[in-house]
Amino acid sequence: MELTVSPAPHIHGRLSASQCMYSVIIALLPAFAVSLYFFGVGALIVTLTSILSCIVAEYLIQKYLLKVKPTVGDGSAILTGLLLGFNLPSNLPIWIVIIGSVVAIGIAKMAFGGLGNNLFNPALVGRVFLLISFPTYMTQWPLPAVSRWSYTDAETGATLLSKLKEEGSQWVSQVNISDLWIGNQGGSLGEVGAIALLIGFAFLLYRRIISWHIPVSILATVFVFSFALGLGEELSASQTTGAWQHAFDFALIQLLSGGLLLGAIYMATDYVTSPMTSKGMIVYGIGIGILTVVIRQWGGYPEGVSFAILIMNAFTPLINNYIKPKRFGRA
Amino acid sequence: MLKTFRIGGIHPNEHKLTAHCPVTPVAIPKQVSIMLNQHIGAPANCIVKKGDTVKVGTLIAEASGFVSANIHSPVSGTVSKVDKTANAFGLYATTIVIDTEGDEWEETIDRSPELKEEITLSPQEIIQKIAQAGIVGLGGATFPTHVKLTPPKEFKPTVLIVNATECEPYLTDDHALMLESPDQILVGCRILMKAIGVEQTYIGIENNKPDAIALLEQHAARYLGITIVPLRTRYPQGGEKQLIDAILHKQVANGALPVSTGAIVQNVGTAFAVYEAIQKNKPLVDRVVTVTGDHIAKPGNYRVRLGMSMRELIDIAGGLPQDCAKVILGGPMMGKAVSNLDSPIGKGCSGILILDEEHAHRGAINPCIRCGKCVEACPMGLEPFLLAKLSENHLYDRAEKELITSCLECGCCAYSCPSNRPILDFIRIGKNAVNRIIRSRKQS
Repeated sequence: MELTVSPAPHIHGRLSASQCMYSVIIALLPAFAVSLYFFGVGALIVTLTSILSCIVAEYLIQKYLLKVKPTVGDGSAILTGLLLGFNLPSNLPIWIVIIGSVVAIGIAKMAFGGLGNNLFNPALVGRVFLLISFPTYMTQWPLPAVSRWSYTDAETGATLLSKLKEEGSQWVSQVNISDLWIGNQGGSLGEVGAIALLIGFAFLLYRRIISWHIPVSILATVFVFSFALGLGEELSASQTTGAWQHAFDFALIQLLSGGLLLGAIYMATDYVTSPMTSKGMIVYGIGIGILTVVIRQWGGYPEGVSFAILIMNAFTPLINNYIKPKRFGRA
Repeated sequence: MLKTFRIGGIHPNEHKLTAHCPVTPVAIPKQVSIMLNQHIGAPANCIVKKGDTVKVGTLIAEASGFVSANIHSPVSGTVSKVDKTANAFGLYATTIVIDTEGDEWEETIDRSPELKEEITLSPQEIIQKIAQAGIVGLGGATFPTHVKLTPPKEFKPTVLIVNATECEPYLTDDHALMLESPDQILVGCRILMKAIGVEQTYIGIENNKPDAIALLEQHAARYLGITIVPLRTRYPQGGEKQLIDAILHKQVANGALPVSTGAIVQNVGTAFAVYEAIQKNKPLVDRVVTVTGDHIAKPGNYRVRLGMSMRELIDIAGGLPQDCAKVILGGPMMGKAVSNLDSPIGKGCSGILILDEEHAHRGAINPCIRCGKCVEACPMGLEPFLLAKLSENHLYDRAEKELITSCLECGCCAYSCPSNRPILDFIRIGKNAVNRIIRSRKQS
């Protein structure tokens, strides 16, 4: 009998890379359901277009440009497509979605060497490329639950963050926070439902697909920073009564609006573009949190999560180089 | 909250199929083969020749230096051959082959089952007798025990730690031994404590063996200074450094000897062998071997005379299953896959694990997705993905700076890798290269 001989270990944990990808896809399904409920057919068209064009782009590039065996089955292109779709308004024309997908897969992923080698999160590169190239299309936000059966002709309005930016933090008192929890707000189609996004987070933690370090450090940083800003504003205006409540509401709105939850839980935790050690992840998360608040507060855009994550993606190799795990015997 | 080590680690499926199989003695083999290099250190020198008659316990090969071990005949009979034969991995080494006749033991060996508790020998005499009995670390490391009991003068041991964790999946030989002979093990601990001059022993047992924890706790009450420490089941808790960290909350500094923490670690099977050597004059001629696997007919914990061929023992356990594709000496995490089943069972053989076709092969290798699961799993706090990459690219200077030489080769990284990357294979290659560079630097 021929015995197989190979070096130890002889057993494997049976968690595969594609299982990780599909788990994240499953975790995003509750948020997708919320999106379909509030944005209707547009959400469906944009998301499916994005997924399909990412798969096709990856397949064609691998088969005809790189001449390697296509690996679309590993789930990474589907996930990129799903995340890109989630980061777009639900009334975006199909041709723009396709351009975004091609940029995400072709430039951000394949040009760097494919899965595992890209420096920047592909879905975010696609989104930011579209935001800069098609600013008008990318800032028309369909109103939630108003025109479920219309697509590019959906009725639009401003997002919460842009109103906050224009009208100042006094606007906070008019926000119905429970709308933010369930997703009854304008915005990119997948970012709106806070509860749904958190359900997916719990699932990913339970399956040990991601660790808590990146999302928690981002959310904690944004909350603390925004709370301090809100409090400072009130106190400098000598509004001592209700200052704490105001600051708390302001910070909570910062957490639940815009792309923060989607970004912190699903985009910043992208394995390839985030640091390898838990200490490094916390540094990275704090960086994203600070940059997000800085851009939201003082930058030219009302929302800064995508930029913050991409900037910290650029720091990831540096973080990996300087922040080492706690070594055994060097306490 | 149960104790455990503080960095990394994994919890594979335990697969302790033989946890409730008592130690079962097997028939004496008709022929045994004794390899002279079955321990770490210099091979022993053969002192018998073809035609010599020997009894069970007759010295047949002598230690050839301080780090080496005596070897005794495990059967009575006639030496039929002294020649080079292939070991389990196909490497040739000098082997003494003995044809068995009857079962006659050396007269000095006390074969009565009575427990002998009183320890009469002095520390010096104990260590000397352990060396004479040819005892080596029975957990699988096979490091000569007398050497470990004689630490460099600048270190004063303060505590004995007994490794009864059995953290490898599938293996249960230590578990079965603890259930069979708790008192002998505890007296063995007392002997080791006297030998190294310490007043305290901790026996670390993982909490997947509650019956062994309860039994030893009950018996330990009768012996001074022996504490049972239940540990949270986690691999590689049986690693010497991890076990010291788990029990004493002290980490051996990088490059230092484990005894620098004051602890001397011995395997529970070794403690049993020490009892037999000191109290019963019995040298190391047999041991408990777990034979296991998902499809083997009679898996169990067998007491085997050393030198029996692996094939013979597997036949006793029901024979090789039809779908057998891989046989492993030791556990699935650190054991070695064998190519030659006709080789003998040696002192370090804790188990024989038989895997089927489905489990014999690795999955397809995919690109590293930089998930960091290997970093999370590494019990030494290293970055396995980085070490593997550095080794792959021959960047040995950088690999040395990133502490490649501290790698235990426990396999947690490769086990955890969702892309099935051969992380540990590359680290082993790099570690050997870096060790070679360090040695040549010292020489020049």
